[in-house]
Amino acid sequence: MTLILRSWQGAAAVVLCLAALASLPLMAADAPSPFGTGTVVLVFLMIAGAAAISFTKLSQPLLATILFVAAHLAVWLLLAGIAGNEGKATLAFFLMLAASWLLAWRCVAVLSHLRPKSGAGDTFLRLLIPAIFGVWILILWEAATRGAGIPFIILPPPSAIGARLAGSVPILWADVQQTIFKAVLFGYVVGCASGFVVAILADRIAFLRRGLLPIGNMVSALPIIGVAPIMVMWFGFDWQSKAAVVIIMTFFPMLVNTVAGLAASGAMERDLMRSYASDYWQTLVKLRLPAAMPFIFNALKINSTLALIGAIVAEFFGTPIVGMGFRISTEIGRMNVDMVWAEIAVAALIGSVFYGVVALGERATTFWHPSNRGG
Amino acid sequence: MNNAPSSVVSASKLGLTFETGDGPVHALSNVDLTVNKGDFVSFIGPSGCGKTTFLRVIADLEKATSGEITVNGMTPEEARKSRSYGYVFQAPALYPWRTIEKNIALPLEIMGYSSVDRKARIERTLDLVNLSGFGKKYPWQLSGGMQQRASIARALAFDADLLLMDEPFGALDEIVRDHLNEQLLKLWARTEKTICFVTHSIPEAVYLSTKIVVMSPRPGRVTDVIESTLPRERPLEIRETPEFLEIAHRVREGLRAGHSYEE
Repeated sequence: MTLILRSWQGAAAVVLCLAALASLPLMAADAPSPFGTGTVVLVFLMIAGAAAISFTKLSQPLLATILFVAAHLAVWLLLAGIAGNEGKATLAFFLMLAASWLLAWRCVAVLSHLRPKSGAGDTFLRLLIPAIFGVWILILWEAATRGAGIPFIILPPPSAIGARLAGSVPILWADVQQTIFKAVLFGYVVGCASGFVVAILADRIAFLRRGLLPIGNMVSALPIIGVAPIMVMWFGFDWQSKAAVVIIMTFFPMLVNTVAGLAASGAMERDLMRSYASDYWQTLVKLRLPAAMPFIFNALKINSTLALIGAIVAEFFGTPIVGMGFRISTEIGRMNVDMVWAEIAVAALIGSVFYGVVALGERATTFWHPSNRGG
Repeated sequence: MNNAPSSVVSASKLGLTFETGDGPVHALSNVDLTVNKGDFVSFIGPSGCGKTTFLRVIADLEKATSGEITVNGMTPEEARKSRSYGYVFQAPALYPWRTIEKNIALPLEIMGYSSVDRKARIERTLDLVNLSGFGKKYPWQLSGGMQQRASIARALAFDADLLLMDEPFGALDEIVRDHLNEQLLKLWARTEKTICFVTHSIPEAVYLSTKIVVMSPRPGRVTDVIESTLPRERPLEIRETPEFLEIAHRVREGLRAGHSYEE
């Protein structure tokens, strides 16, 4: 019993192997190019062997390496075998896929418990574990779509999306330039900066604070779908109208967060500044803005994702024949879903980088905050 | 402009009433007091007796509602604007995004001292509170006692002759507090500043002060002013002497008298 508990994934993988053995072959009888016997034996041996090894008391890094190699080599053979046999995969095929997935799971579980001594090893593991995780999402997606023959229009396999991505770099680059470098960046910078400036004005001038903030809350609730076509009417088809949508979307989160942040400094700290006869601007720069930084970065992070959504959705309502939103809306009409997915992948990548850069800036600026300073 | 050159703080018939939802609260009433240059004056009394409020009135952090008060011969507001006092709060109130050095530099930056001057003053005041070598640390990397010493250094960094201290060691343990009290006396002797010190510890008040102001609550008023007969040079052992205990006894009597009519 304890033996099984040491690696329940290994035990489950063995059971799946036996079940697959009982329901061979891996491809339907009418498949044009079924698996060779040698390949099938190799896959079974690798998975069953690695599963067996996972019960032993081998050193953890060695065990992780064996599991890593076996699981990925086996699944690579399985995926390679689909070529020419799309939609012909049998239950045995998916049982073996599940078995190799369990081994990869075991591998990640082992890796997660490793405590490397060197900093480089630690960084390597921190990258490797999510990478294995992400790759397996793609592997399962690829095997499910191609093995079971899911229609391309419903869900294209990642390999097709990747091929489309690699083959359309000039188009994607032009779209990125139009949507990200013009609409998103311009709108983000102007929206965040003006939200910040108005927050300081509202702090200084009571009637703005009491009049504008409630209105601001209302405007921030405006649906983007309603605002976007109006902005196109006002500012034309090109990127300026999309930047306007982004400005509207990013302005109020920044305003509201900065106003809250300016109120975040403590009474004692403000008394201290008063005892120095510090004037409004000195107190603002030396106390209240540093104390507001966690709030301001919160807004910058929220806005980094809002800006991307705003610019892409706004392009659905009229645009020159370039841009990520334009591409998505036209290619879906032409049934080129792989192109749509390619744009989604690019948007996800850029959004992550954008967010990451802001988060790095936050770490550098608010290192002193209890949530960042660690230990 | 100053008719009593030796008096740093002088209050007569001072009163302060807070208007609250439950009616007026008399935080201070009819306070008459003079603090002379070079004095170490402690304010002692139960919580709510207005000792902190009185300190805040001197600092122009609160406004008196009746009576007169002058600080260095000026109104408290003028005194604050001419930066004539340093204030040490109950908590260190150091800015976590600044190193200890930079925290001490804060008032100097605001008051426009040159960067060369700033550097010299930071070094001098860090040495004064025995924190040399800790200038590059952040406040959250230091212990509570060290943080409070840094906040005293910050109050000493600019040329204010008056130091206002509001229960600065209240949150620290007995051992650290003894140590800091001893250091504070040395510092007072070296710098010849006038110190107003709020506390609710009788031994602390007697050990430190040349003058002890006993206050009682509701309304906050002065019940006794005790001139200490202890010498200015005070080792910690002085707290065992009959003279010390005699003064402590008088303070305790004063506090009890302030309480009696309430019950």
